[in-house]
Amino acid sequence: MTDLQSRPTPAAASGGGDSTAARVAPRPRPKRLVRRGVRHAIMIVASIVMIYPLLWMVVSSLRPNDEIFRNPGLFPISLDFSNYARGWESLAQPFSHYLMNSTLLVLGCVIGNLIACSLTAYAFARLKFWGRNIAFAVMLMTLMLPIHVVIVPQYIIFSQTGWVNTMLPLILPKFLATDAFFVFLMVQFIRGIPRELDEAARIDGCGHFRIFFQVILPLMLPALATTTIFTFMWMWNDFFGSLIYLTTPENFTVPLALKSFLDTQGSSDWGAMFAMSVVSLIPLFLVFLFGQRFLVKGFATTGIK
Amino acid sequence: MSAVGELTQIVSGRKKGGAKEKHRDNKAGLIFMAPWLVGLLAITLIPMIASFALAFTDYSLLAPPEFVGLANIREMISDTRLHNSLVVTFIYVFVGTPLQLVAALLLAVVLNAGIKGLAFYRSIFYLPSLLGGSVAIAILWRQMFGANGLINQVGGMLGFENLPGWVSNPDTALSTIILLHVWTFGSPMIIFLAGLRQIPEMYYEAASVDGATKLAKFFRITLPLLTPIIFFNVVLQVINAFQSFTQAFVVSGGTGGPSDSTMFYTLYLYQKGFTQFDMGYASAMAWLLLIIVAIFTAINFFVSKFWVFYDD
Repeated sequence: MTDLQSRPTPAAASGGGDSTAARVAPRPRPKRLVRRGVRHAIMIVASIVMIYPLLWMVVSSLRPNDEIFRNPGLFPISLDFSNYARGWESLAQPFSHYLMNSTLLVLGCVIGNLIACSLTAYAFARLKFWGRNIAFAVMLMTLMLPIHVVIVPQYIIFSQTGWVNTMLPLILPKFLATDAFFVFLMVQFIRGIPRELDEAARIDGCGHFRIFFQVILPLMLPALATTTIFTFMWMWNDFFGSLIYLTTPENFTVPLALKSFLDTQGSSDWGAMFAMSVVSLIPLFLVFLFGQRFLVKGFATTGIK
Repeated sequence: MSAVGELTQIVSGRKKGGAKEKHRDNKAGLIFMAPWLVGLLAITLIPMIASFALAFTDYSLLAPPEFVGLANIREMISDTRLHNSLVVTFIYVFVGTPLQLVAALLLAVVLNAGIKGLAFYRSIFYLPSLLGGSVAIAILWRQMFGANGLINQVGGMLGFENLPGWVSNPDTALSTIILLHVWTFGSPMIIFLAGLRQIPEMYYEAASVDGATKLAKFFRITLPLLTPIIFFNVVLQVINAFQSFTQAFVVSGGTGGPSDSTMFYTLYLYQKGFTQFDMGYASAMAWLLLIIVAIFTAINFFVSKFWVFYDD
């Protein structure tokens, strides 16, 4: 069926004979139109299935509680913001407190990753030093290391330094380039920068630090942007680490606040829970809208979620 | 080149250069590498070794660790909840990952065939994978698959009355989490799309001249040339899936229930280590997880020789 369609037939080739031309510029035929229609229909149905739960959650967050369990549709759209008002105030702290905590965590992690990973990446991509290949292989292997193998001793260390229930155990490792994913991403990027630029700077008397800061760093802004966006999304969603290290409500981040909703509300006030869930997703959605270009690039070069 | 590809090259000694280079940047190298080196030692290697040592102790943070030999391992061998958590995790990994990757590949191929509104569809499919790891979505899932949730409301409209609560039924709770995993196929799809775009058009043109069918082109050009990327996705998604935690935790309210049907291995590890503070046992469990992940990654690399095709 499909193979018949892709093969150019004399009828399709205007003037006949030249089959290559027919392949390049096929004239729309009824069959082709139907096939195109079917393909679009499938994609539209798939899109709706994919996106419907999200739309429904947003719409439901603006509905009274009992309607959430009665109306699976999107209409009528009500604009009742009482869920938001109630959800905002129903935990130990106002929700803005958790948003602030998450923002601080994300900021610290972004700065840490930008500094530490770019330094490491420059060394891997441009410097020749003893043991580089082995170190690089080790770095790639840590990419695949389950965090669980190190979390217990890390917890013990941080509980001895008195840092449990602070953000330090979550932020400090970022300043030590432990997110190998970003190191690799930046290494790939720096490798794509022409070496002639370094050489020229070196001839002008620049050392590695000036080459790094004045030549490489300005050129790797796209990689830094990708790192910022990914770090933002991962840490905004971070649950396992936060759950272990942040123990009292005043230090909770947004994911922990949402989790404590489930604990305290006994899953009854779904309206408020949906409302705060939507609030927690807004920053991610904005990043998706404005940073998609960098996200796609990050995926394409390194391919990790 | 992907991380997996490069690692393969270094380990197999295919990486060129290394030996012949003059080592002249040692000092600068040390300075630039210092944060990473400290991190490797303090955050990764030393904790790894400590975790290995702790696996042979009984330790609850309150008293110093007490050496107990193989007691933890013996306990693991007879711990039926642990065995159950392994089964749950294996089902999740080996059902969820293939489904997710097949969905990703199919939609990537369809999108790549050229369709109006490609950017729109791509965004729609991609968005869930960005949000899927969040607690918010897990909360949504819990409502959707609850007794009176969205799914059963729709079911009711279609004439299916009195459907059970999917998340509160031990037979179906895990499926809802697998479904959530499949729903996030957008990120591997993006990788597939990038890979598809790198296949040179001339291969298809040559095949057309030889009269190849569309199906033949897919199986003899697209699929073989895509195998390195499929391999890369399989390796990473399997590693990630073994470590899944948030969804099972939130959907089950931290219990792994009902009847341990969503007790992922990592969730059981968390409960042992951080709610019961049985740090020795949790460390032993962590090492078993590492060994399992390493074995499956090694199998993946080994088997890849037979099906992954490198064009270079």
